[in-house]
Amino acid sequence: MFELPSGAEIQSIIATLKTGVGFFIPEIYLSVLFMLLIVIDLMVKGRKNNLLSAVTALGLAGAFYFIYQQHLLEAGEIFFGMYVLDEFALFFKYFFVLSGILAVLVSVADDQLNRQVRSIGEYYALIVAMVIGMIMMASSADLLMMFLSMELVGLTAYVLTGYLKNDPRSAEGALKYLVYGAVSSGLMVYGFSLIYGLTAETNIMKISAELALHGYDPLVMMLASLLILAGFGYKIGAVPFHFWSPDVYEGAPTPVTAYLSVGSKAAGFAVLMRFFYVAIPHGGEPFQDIAGMDWLSLLIVISIASMIYGNVVALWQKNVKRLLAYSSIAHAGYALLGIIAMDELGTQATLFYLLGYLLMNIGAFYVVILISNRTGSENLEDYRGLGRKMPLAGAALTVFLISLVGLPPTIGFIGKLMIFSALLAKGSVFIWLALIGVLTSVISLYYYMLIPLNMYLRESQQPDEGKEATGMVHQIGIAVLMILTIYFGLFFKPLLDFAKISSSMLGMTIY
Amino acid sequence: MLSLIVFLPILAGLVILAVPSSQKQIIRMVSLLAAIAQGVLAVLIWQGYDASLPGITAAAGGAPEGSFQFIERLPWINLDLGTMGSLNIEYFLGVDGLSITMVILTALISIIGVLSSWPIQKQVKGYFILFNLLSTAMMGCFVALDFFLFYVFWELMLLPMYFLIGIWGGPNREYAAIKFFLYTLFGSVFMLLVMIGLYFSVTDPVTGNHTFSLVAMASQENYIKDAILGPDNVMWRYAAFIVLFIGFAIKVPMFPFHTWLPDAHVEAPTPISVILAGVLLKLGTYGMMRINFPLFPEVFQASLYVIAVLGAINIIYGAFCALAQQDLKKMVAYSSISHMGYVLLGLAAANTEGMVGALYQMFNHGTITAMLFLLVGVIYDRAHTRQIDKFGGLASYMPVYAAVVTIAWFASLGLPGLSGFISEAFVFVGAFSSETTRNVAIVSVLGIVFGAAYLLWSLQRMFLGKRKPDAAYDLEVGADGHEHIHFHDWKGKLDLDARELVMLVPLAVIVIFLGIYPMPVLGMLTSSINKLVEVLSPVVMTALN
Repeated sequence: MFELPSGAEIQSIIATLKTGVGFFIPEIYLSVLFMLLIVIDLMVKGRKNNLLSAVTALGLAGAFYFIYQQHLLEAGEIFFGMYVLDEFALFFKYFFVLSGILAVLVSVADDQLNRQVRSIGEYYALIVAMVIGMIMMASSADLLMMFLSMELVGLTAYVLTGYLKNDPRSAEGALKYLVYGAVSSGLMVYGFSLIYGLTAETNIMKISAELALHGYDPLVMMLASLLILAGFGYKIGAVPFHFWSPDVYEGAPTPVTAYLSVGSKAAGFAVLMRFFYVAIPHGGEPFQDIAGMDWLSLLIVISIASMIYGNVVALWQKNVKRLLAYSSIAHAGYALLGIIAMDELGTQATLFYLLGYLLMNIGAFYVVILISNRTGSENLEDYRGLGRKMPLAGAALTVFLISLVGLPPTIGFIGKLMIFSALLAKGSVFIWLALIGVLTSVISLYYYMLIPLNMYLRESQQPDEGKEATGMVHQIGIAVLMILTIYFGLFFKPLLDFAKISSSMLGMTIY
Repeated sequence: MLSLIVFLPILAGLVILAVPSSQKQIIRMVSLLAAIAQGVLAVLIWQGYDASLPGITAAAGGAPEGSFQFIERLPWINLDLGTMGSLNIEYFLGVDGLSITMVILTALISIIGVLSSWPIQKQVKGYFILFNLLSTAMMGCFVALDFFLFYVFWELMLLPMYFLIGIWGGPNREYAAIKFFLYTLFGSVFMLLVMIGLYFSVTDPVTGNHTFSLVAMASQENYIKDAILGPDNVMWRYAAFIVLFIGFAIKVPMFPFHTWLPDAHVEAPTPISVILAGVLLKLGTYGMMRINFPLFPEVFQASLYVIAVLGAINIIYGAFCALAQQDLKKMVAYSSISHMGYVLLGLAAANTEGMVGALYQMFNHGTITAMLFLLVGVIYDRAHTRQIDKFGGLASYMPVYAAVVTIAWFASLGLPGLSGFISEAFVFVGAFSSETTRNVAIVSVLGIVFGAAYLLWSLQRMFLGKRKPDAAYDLEVGADGHEHIHFHDWKGKLDLDARELVMLVPLAVIVIFLGIYPMPVLGMLTSSINKLVEVLSPVVMTALN
């Protein structure tokens, strides 16, 4: 029989919520921004793409202030353990707001998106909604909350992918994304329910305590880990949960592709790390596994498969967006290596890798957008001779690609260096993983270099139509990203320090 | 001083970036000035260098920089990694006998490279920016004493080289450029892993932190016993040695990793061939002497015979391939493979004579091959072909050219009185006096015979006799009644012009001078080589255990 809570209980619930709200200010701020954008879209007449993008960018930049204020608060749980605030969550708050701002910047650059007959409408509001969703993914400490926030990100992403209404590829991508998303969410919820069955808890810290106290059936745990990984793996775009990504990346408006490739992927990493680091500890008594297999072995398999599959299949791509889609599968594999190391250095490496990937991948897509504005195409063949027509964009794209390969002096090199250091710091156990990592990097060089090859080594077949040059804002934009990619490849200490501070998670049991 | 010599070209590159691309002459002059300034600095460093100090490693309890000279040591990145200690990367430059030889060579070849780039007309601005970037990276590699810094410079070379071959190269340049890139990267990614492994295995004797310092890594007492590449982990030390060796051997290039080199040379424009053969190949053997061998001396001692055999294969296989070539440039490329084999053989001797010979051969090969490629470029500019059988009787029509070619060809085959002879002689003396390599040395001597064969044969076919019926030029009787030859669309001077002489004569003088009186170079490197041999000797290692 359900009993109504007494007055005192209600009072205490309200008090808890009130304290919780104090820890929730950036999210509230962003929600207000989201609604404001919808209101502006409804109230202002005419084309308002520039107004909306400016409000979004400034609004997102304002969020940095509120996130910065949260450093003063102590790490803790709020809303009855649904949500946490810790250094790890703060890192991703900065990360997602930054990725949102960069997404706005590349959206402004994209002619295809802005040429639509109707105004851009709720596009920017959806970008903000996705920032909120991703922040909540990184901060959720409860299975229900994780699921809800992942769905929030998923739903906004489906809409954004299909935003080019007149382009059948966009619609196809959105539908594929939705179908695969629904399946993987279903599997993940099944996994969650198995965990709930084992522990009767949904809070990940309580799950951890419960598992430690009572033990568990390793077979069920293995099954649950696998099912949950289907959900997380879908978000990070790792093999074998990657099938959506080439079509979605190709079909979506390029700014959305850029945004998904860094934002949604990083959010997947955040929730994956928090879930496995906190809820299901690894190895040793009292945690048993099946014949030496546990979720870590699953991650190793996924990581290897992603590095090999992504890099090898990319070799045959003719479309740059598809090529970058396969490359992003491979990069998910590299970033997973840091998690596999299962220590502070590894976490730090993965966080740093994601930061580097944010810079270089957004940068690469930025140039792809500027090129497609000029040529109307994303095919490799149409990149011929562009290096001389667009000198800055060509140079910048080359730097971003070199960084994606992992060559110095770029941030991508430091990312790989940290990842491999984390593996080798474990002694000789993971050397073979590092070997696969470096060998697949060599493979990746070939397809990344196809782009500069076409831009610089081959001459264009068609005469240049002499379209207007890229705007000054975007010239500066790519120049800044290029300089940062090199600067942080040489002076990476601040970012690594930041990643190190951020590698502490509430209720973490591994280190 | 060293920072200046390393970064001058990049500064020049930045200046060029600001120059409008139509001002080709200014762009060339800026590059030339930077290269000359680099040369002046190299001479100053050479003058200030104390040849009695060995370098290589630091004595226990002594200065952590050892007896390296012109040291610049600054902390670059200091990171606290929590339980893993801290990450320390230094900006650490210095020279000893090994590197100063190469610094001088690099500065010399850079000047030659800029001069021989003069006729390039296509995208001059981009060309010289990349050229200067390449120049910085090469110089940086030779003076870096921090493994991380070395690696950064090492990788920094790849991209400019890719574009320099890929944009300014011959018809099959795309293939050659990416092949070069993939091969070298394949070698260097293993180096990355070994570098990380070494970092976790070595501590700085002064601070006790992990370090990337190559000076600290060269002393076996700085290794943590049970670390991944520590003395107890024999298997991984062997594995690390082998992959490092392959990484450097690709650059040398050593059989069977050599196939990128003929492709790259044939497609590359003349100045890039000069840089490639003159400096880049030396980075492979320099890396072995600086990193691969002293860091894993016991594995080196165990693999002497293998290295010697690989060297011998290089010598003989390269010579055979050169013998079969119709394309003059390809012949010179294979002769490079053959001559780098002598360096490997000298290293495998593991004694002072052999190692001195190896390092001296690196220097001489740099100057001689630069000449060879320049000379190939000279004839290609005029005739637009490099097929050996499209020429004949050139000596009577281009006497100066023929004279310089003769000097270079004879230097390459090791004629006494020219520098190549001394280094090859040292290599063989070293290889014979070592028990391990004696048999290999006997077989390798055949390489000299084949070397003489392909060089003399090509000389004969091109320069002696009469014009062939299908030659790349026409014969005309001039107003003075003498016969002249005429290249179809060549407007310049028939024989060597002033710019070509400015490049070739100094090199020829160096080759002859160092063949008669090698002491200026030998004196500089002997004490370092002695120290290196000592570090590598089995006696020292047994004393440690």
